[in-house]
Amino acid sequence: MDKIWLVIKREYLTRVRNKTFILSTILLPLFFIGFIVASAYFSIKNTENEKIAVEDDNGIFKNSFQSDKVITYEFPAGVNADNFKEKGYSAFLKIPDTYDSRHDSISLISDKQLGIAAEDKVKDQINAAIRNKAFLKNNINKKILDSINAIHEEDLYKFSTVIKQGNKTEQSNSGLSYGIGFGSGILIYMTLFIYGAAVMRGVMEEKMNRIAEVIISSVKPFQLMMGKIIGIAAVGITQLLIWMVLITGLISITSGIISHNMLEHMQTVGTSMSSPNNTAAINFLTTKDTFLGANWGLILPCFLFYFIGGYLFYASLFAAVGSVVNEDPQEAQSLMLPITMPIILSFVIMINAVGKPDSPISVWSSMIPFSSPIVMMARIPSGSVPGWQIAVSMISLVAGFVLTTMLAAKIYRTGILLYGKKVTFKEMGKWLFRKS
Amino acid sequence: MAILELQNLKKYYATQKAVDDISFSIPEGNIFGLLGPNGAGKTTLLRMITGIFYPDSGSILFEGKKFDPVKDIPKIGYMPEERGLYKKMKIGEQALYLAMLKGMSRTDANRKVKEWFVKFEMQSWWNKKVDDLSKGMSQKLQFVITALHEPRLLILDEPFSGLDPVNSNVIKEEIFKLAQKGTTIIFSTHRMEQVEEICDNIVLVNMGKKILDGSVKQIKYDCKENIFKVGFDSIPQSFPNDVFEIVRSKDNFLTVKINDGYNPAAVLQQFLTHGASIISFNEILPSLNDIFIKKVEDTKVSRQFQNVN
Repeated sequence: MDKIWLVIKREYLTRVRNKTFILSTILLPLFFIGFIVASAYFSIKNTENEKIAVEDDNGIFKNSFQSDKVITYEFPAGVNADNFKEKGYSAFLKIPDTYDSRHDSISLISDKQLGIAAEDKVKDQINAAIRNKAFLKNNINKKILDSINAIHEEDLYKFSTVIKQGNKTEQSNSGLSYGIGFGSGILIYMTLFIYGAAVMRGVMEEKMNRIAEVIISSVKPFQLMMGKIIGIAAVGITQLLIWMVLITGLISITSGIISHNMLEHMQTVGTSMSSPNNTAAINFLTTKDTFLGANWGLILPCFLFYFIGGYLFYASLFAAVGSVVNEDPQEAQSLMLPITMPIILSFVIMINAVGKPDSPISVWSSMIPFSSPIVMMARIPSGSVPGWQIAVSMISLVAGFVLTTMLAAKIYRTGILLYGKKVTFKEMGKWLFRKS
Repeated sequence: MAILELQNLKKYYATQKAVDDISFSIPEGNIFGLLGPNGAGKTTLLRMITGIFYPDSGSILFEGKKFDPVKDIPKIGYMPEERGLYKKMKIGEQALYLAMLKGMSRTDANRKVKEWFVKFEMQSWWNKKVDDLSKGMSQKLQFVITALHEPRLLILDEPFSGLDPVNSNVIKEEIFKLAQKGTTIIFSTHRMEQVEEICDNIVLVNMGKKILDGSVKQIKYDCKENIFKVGFDSIPQSFPNDVFEIVRSKDNFLTVKINDGYNPAAVLQQFLTHGASIISFNEILPSLNDIFIKKVEDTKVSRQFQNVN
C-alpha cells in the first residue's frame, strides 16, 4: 500500500508541475470566457448604427418602417445607389416607384455584407408593412390594427412546463437541462480520451525507457498500474476543480464589469438579431441566474461519480494497450480502436439521449458500463430518471471497472516486459486466461 | 551458508522451455557468474529470483527460507539488461523515488543517495535530467540506483556494457568492495574475460538447462585438455613420437597436447633425450571463452521454438 502511494505521488507531482499542465489549466478558462465575451461584444458592436436610406418616392412604406436600436430607417431626398455611402448610410433600400404587383423586386444595396440577421430584419419590416397595407386596403380600421399589432406574447400569457411524478411537481427548464446534460456528456467524453490517453502514454513511456523492469523488481505490476491510474485521476480532478473555480470566478467578474443594463441590451439585441452563435454566447452570460434552478444536489455528485467511474473503467484498458505497444505509434492507433469505438458510440447515443432521455436506447445504454458514464449524465439533468436506474447504472459501472481492471492487469503484467514483438489480440486473449 | 538456493526450477512459455529444471546454490559473499548464450534462459531465471515471475515448479530459498517477494525484495538489487530511467525526471528525485520504492524511509533514502553521489562524484547531477547524461553516465547512475539500498544480493545483468575502461574500473572496484562487505553478487554476462577476472563461481546454462556449475578454477581444471607450453633456447628439430602432438610453434615456444595415457614427465623426457634445452614448462588451462564456445557450439546457435506439451 505504501508503494502504491509512492507511485501515485510521483505520477501526480510530475504531471502537475509540468509547464503544459499549468498553462492549459489556467489558459483554457480564460480562453473560454474570453471567447464568450468577445463574441457577445462583437454581436452588439457589429449591429449598432446600421443606417439605411430608403428610396420610396411614392411613400408606400413611408410610415410603416419602424426604426429600432439596431437599424434606423430614413427617407432622405437625393440619395441614390451611387452616393449613399458618402451621405453616411450603410445601405440603400430601393422600393420600385409603383409598388403593387407581386413580381416587383425590392433591392437592398450595400458595399459590404450586412449579415443575415440584418437582412432578415429588413425583410420582416417589409412584410409587416405589406400586411398592414393589405389590412387597411380591406377596410380594417387603423385603430384596431394598431392595437392588434401592439399585442406581445408576454402580455398575454406566461408559458411554463411542469414535471409531475406522483405527488412531486417541479418546474422544468428543458433548455437548461438540455444544456447541462449535453455539456456534462461532452466533458466526460473528452476527459475519457484526454486522461485515458495520458495513462496509455505513461505506460508506453515506462516501457520504452526500459524503466518498467527496474520498477517491477520493487513493486508489483498491479501496484504500478493502479498507482499511475489513480495518480492521473487525481490530476484530472485537480484540473476540473481549478477550471470550475476559475470559470465561476471569471463569470462573476465579467458580469460585474458588464452592467446589468448592458446584459439586457445584449439579450434584446441578441434575440432580435437571432443569430444562433451569438444567442448562445449571450444566453450563457445572461441566464446565469437560472442556472441555480437546476437540481445541482443530484447533478454534481452524479457528475463526479460518472467522471471518476468512467475514467476508471477505461483507464485500465488504455494501460493494457500501452503495455503491449512497441516502438511503433501506429500500432497504438490500431490497438486503441476497440476502446475508442464504444466511447465514440456512446457519444452518438448521448446526443440523441439529451433530447429523448427516456427512449429505450437511452435507458439501456445508460445502464451498460461501456456507455453509462456519458449517456447517463445526459439523462440525469432532465429529472426524469428513476432512482433504481441510477442505482443499477452505478453498481454495474463499479462492477465493470473492477472487471476491466482485473483483466487489463493480466495483459499489462505480461506486456510491459515484452520487447520487440508485435502482440495480437489472440495472444492477449491467451494471457487473460493464464494463471500467474 | 548459501544465500540463494534454486531447486528444480522450471518455467515454460507457450513455445519454449525457458528454464527447464535448474538447480544450484550461491554461497553468501560470492561473486557469481551466470553465463549462457543469448536466449539460454538467463533473464527468465533472474526474473524468477527477483520475484517478477513465479516459477511453474520448483522452489527458491533465500537466506535459507522460502523466497517471499514482498518481504525479501528490499534485500535484493536488480539491474536488468533492459534498463532505463525516467528521462524527464530530475536525477536526485528519481534516485530518491526508486530507493523509497525499495522500502527505505525518506530520510534514509536521502542520506544514502547523497552518500553514493559523493562517492561517485555525481553531486552536480542532482537537478539534471537523465536526458542530459551520456550513455556511460546514465549507466553509472543506474548502478548507483541498484546498489544504494545496500542489498544482500545484487544482481547485475551486463553491468559494463557501454562503459569506458575508466568507469568500468570504478564499478568493478565497487563490486569488489561490496563483496568484501558480504554482499553476494550475481553477474550475468557473455563477456568471458570479465567473468574470469571477477567471478568466484559460475553456472553455465544453455537451452534452459544447466551445463556447468562450480568455481572458476575447478571448471578450468576440469575442462583442461592437457596442453602445455614449452620454452626452449632454440626450437629443436621435430621428431616422431607417441607421447604428444605439436599444436602450435611460435618464437622459441612449442605448444603441445599430451596424448592419452602419458603424463607431462614423459614429454619432458622425450625432449631431453633428443637433446633440447628447455627453459620453461607451463600447463595451459583453457580460457572460459574456449570452454563456453566448446560447450555451447554443439547446440544450435539460436534456440528453436519447441512444443512444450
